[in-house]
Amino acid sequence: MKLEEVGRILEADLLCGEDLLLREVVTVCGSDLLSDVLAFTIQETLLLTALINMQVIRTADLSDLIGIVFVNGKRPGTDLIAMAQQKRIPLFVTRLPMYEACGRLYQYGLKGCI
Amino acid sequence: MESLNTQVIVLNFELKGSDFEAAGEASSKIKLVLQQIGIRSDVIRRIAISAYEAEMNVIIHAYRGKMKAEIFSDHTKITLKDEGPGISDIKLAMQEGYSTAPDYIREMGFGAGMGLPNMVRCTDKFDIESSVGIGTTISMTVCHNPLTIVGQ
Ligand SMILES: Nc1ncnc2c1ncn2[C@@H]1O[C@H](COP(=O)(O)OP(=O)(O)OP(=O)(O)O)[C@@H](O)[C@H]1O
Ligand SMILES: [Mg+2]
Repeated sequence: MKLEEVGRILEADLLCGEDLLLREVVTVCGSDLLSDVLAFTIQETLLLTALINMQVIRTADLSDLIGIVFVNGKRPGTDLIAMAQQKRIPLFVTRLPMYEACGRLYQYGLKGCI
Repeated sequence: MESLNTQVIVLNFELKGSDFEAAGEASSKIKLVLQQIGIRSDVIRRIAISAYEAEMNVIIHAYRGKMKAEIFSDHTKITLKDEGPGISDIKLAMQEGYSTAPDYIREMGFGAGMGLPNMVRCTDKFDIESSVGIGTTISMTVCHNPLTIVGQ
C-alpha cells in the first residue's frame, strides 16, 4: 500500500513530504517508546506515535522509517517539521487514537514488524 | 572534524550530557558519510542504530563524552568514551528492561532499558568497560560485508 492511501484511510492531514507519497508501506509499528522502535522495527516501516519531540525524527532517520503518522491529533512544532523535510521523512497527523488508527491499517492488510 | 586518507575515514564528535537538541547529530553525520561511500543500506542501518543508542546513553546518563567513528573499507568501528557516573553492575545493565532513566526521559520515549542489548544485537563486536565515578567506554564494530570476519 502506498503512503497516500494510508493518509486517506486514516483521514490524515499531510504535514510534509508531498513528493514521497508513492513510497510503498510494507510494515507498520504503533509505539510511543522510541527504544522499542529502534529495537524492533525493520527497514521502511511506517511509525504511528503520539510522541512529537525531535527524537522521533532522529529515530526515524537513523532507523530508515518510511514515514510517521502522529495520532490523537498531535501536531508537532515547525522545527520538527523542518527537520523531517530535510531528512525526507513524510509526516501525517490524524485525529484517530492509536488503537483505531492501527486497527484500520491492519484491516487493510498491513502487518506489524514480526 | 573529518580527516581523510585512502585507508580510513575518521570522524570525531564531542557529546554533552543532557543536550537533547543535538542528541543524534553525531550518529546522523556518520550515517551520511557511510551513505556517500556506498555501504549497503541494511549495514548502515545497524551502524546508525547502535551509534545512536550509544550516543543517547551518553546524553542521558553521562556528563560529557567523545565519540569516534573509524570507517575502514570492510568495517566501521565506533568508540564512545564518557565522563559520568559509570555503571556498577554491567551484567545487570546489559539485561533487557533494566534502566535507571528518570521519568522525563521516559516521557521522551527512551529509558526502556533496551539500548545496550540492541547495540549487542546490531553489531558484530561489542565491548564495554566502566569505572564507577569515572566513566564508561564502549566500542562497537560492524562488518560492511556480513560475510567478512574482522580481525582485531
Ligand atoms: N554511558 C553510561 N553511563 C552511565 N550509565 C549508563 C551508561 N549507559 C548505560 N548506563 C546504565 O545502564 C542502564 C541500561 O542502559 P540501556 O541503554 O540498556 O537502557 P536505557 O538507556 O536506560 O534505556 P533505553 O536505551 O531503552 O532508552 C541505564 O539505565 C544506565 O543505568
Ligand atoms: Mg540507552
